[in-house]
Amino acid sequence: MSTHANPGYAIEVRDLVTHYGPRKILDEINFTAAQGEIMVIMGGSGSGKSTLLRHLLGLHQPTSGSIKLLGKDITKMSADEMFDLRKNMGVAFQGGALFNSMTVGENVELPLREHTKLDDATIKIMSRMKLEVVNLAGFEDLMPSELSGGMIKRAALARAIVMDPKLLFFDEPSAGLDPVASAELDDLILTLRDAMNMTIVVVTHELESAFKIADSITVLDQGRILMSDRTAAVRASDHPRIRALLDRTPRSDVLDADEYMDRLTREAS
Amino acid sequence: MPKLPAAPGPLASFVAGIGLRAVDAVREVGYLSALLFEAFYWLLMGHRRRQPVRLRAIFKEAVGVGVNAIPIVGLASFATGMMLAIQGIYSLRTFGAEDQVVLGIALSVTREFAPLITGIFVAGRSGSAIAARIGTMQISQEIDALRVIGINPVRYLVAPLLAAMLLTLPALTIMSDLLALLGGALYCAGELSLPPAIFFSRVFEALVIDDVLQGVAKGLVFAVVITLIGCGNGFGVTAGAEGVGRATTRAVVLGSIGIILADMVFTFLTSR
Repeated sequence: MSTHANPGYAIEVRDLVTHYGPRKILDEINFTAAQGEIMVIMGGSGSGKSTLLRHLLGLHQPTSGSIKLLGKDITKMSADEMFDLRKNMGVAFQGGALFNSMTVGENVELPLREHTKLDDATIKIMSRMKLEVVNLAGFEDLMPSELSGGMIKRAALARAIVMDPKLLFFDEPSAGLDPVASAELDDLILTLRDAMNMTIVVVTHELESAFKIADSITVLDQGRILMSDRTAAVRASDHPRIRALLDRTPRSDVLDADEYMDRLTREAS
Repeated sequence: MPKLPAAPGPLASFVAGIGLRAVDAVREVGYLSALLFEAFYWLLMGHRRRQPVRLRAIFKEAVGVGVNAIPIVGLASFATGMMLAIQGIYSLRTFGAEDQVVLGIALSVTREFAPLITGIFVAGRSGSAIAARIGTMQISQEIDALRVIGINPVRYLVAPLLAAMLLTLPALTIMSDLLALLGGALYCAGELSLPPAIFFSRVFEALVIDDVLQGVAKGLVFAVVITLIGCGNGFGVTAGAEGVGRATTRAVVLGSIGIILADMVFTFLTSR
């Protein structure tokens, strides 16, 4: 794999290493996502997928390595460049992260109000259009606390896409939703890719949803990448860890006695 | 964190504990100073960085922290003025100098009580509310959401609040001055048969502009203290709902003690 910038990649992560305090969370992460594809980052709890997402969003500074979004390395960017790039990024957080002091409509309008000089009427129309896309038309005057879990996620999605971003990040779209709401959200993600040609990164641990929407899948385990490939290749993989994840078998780690002792005694010093 | 010796004795760990707390305290003061600097930076330079602090946001905060505090600050000030009159007349009566109570009330209200009462009440009302609001936003990822939208949280949350506090606290202090004097005047009218008009004309004879300005300046200092301690504790929340509760308590306690300490230093520097 070449290390120079490839304009075809919307996301290109090279040799990413991150720490939380003294503990290494991500190790030697390498993967790419092409323009207009849906990349699913999959892994169990504690695999580091949330940390990876936070780094992709530029919320943390990695220990080493590079993260290129739309061809630009966000680890070396100035605040102003990052500010410009953020107009091309949309993020839907796991719990929605809607601003509780604002109505749904005001939440969706906020990026437009901050980044554009459009007049009030245009902003309102544009945000209503996006609420229409996520099937929340007519809900703009409600407060986030008056919405159900699925509606909150869809409203968050509307806010994420209101600037028509080139990159969309979605954290655990199906977490906490019933199967029907979850399937609807999956369809919505597919529509967004097809209709707006967005590159979409979805972080999830839901297998069914992952295989339904993914063009390619990156499997994380204990801070390392097990595999990053097209969906079919991941499905066919015979890597024992990936099989365990796909077949939902519990982990059967061989216990390393020395490492175990070290873990038990380390915190006390 | 620095490594401690394997098994420190009780004295060593006591000293180490003091040292670690001192380091934490210095770190917090440093953090709050940076927060203050950044908030002023956005207030002054926001337009140039295409992230202006909006007037509408400042006014909204000003209503929340200032206008809505008028009834409680007013009531407390009125009662304090009356209390000062009662105590003043009682203690001055021993010297047969009840008439001098006007001077005492005028000076202590404008230089000390009005800014202090305003500061303590705003810290109690708003310091905790700010910490709770920002802390809740922190744990529900709303702060992250601001950042990924490209909105600097300090610019959006701290700067308008700081501006609102700097505008409203001096104004509240002057209102508190007037209401405390009114409380004193009414009590003196009853107890000493001193007409309020005469009370006020003596007050204005006794006061120089510096007395009032000192109170107003204290209001500005308290505005900074309350804002920074409220916001700083809110941003520091990590541990869920319990963390929000802890931050709120901390914001009120540290805010109030911060105001009293700042008052002491300020008075020491300006009143000798």
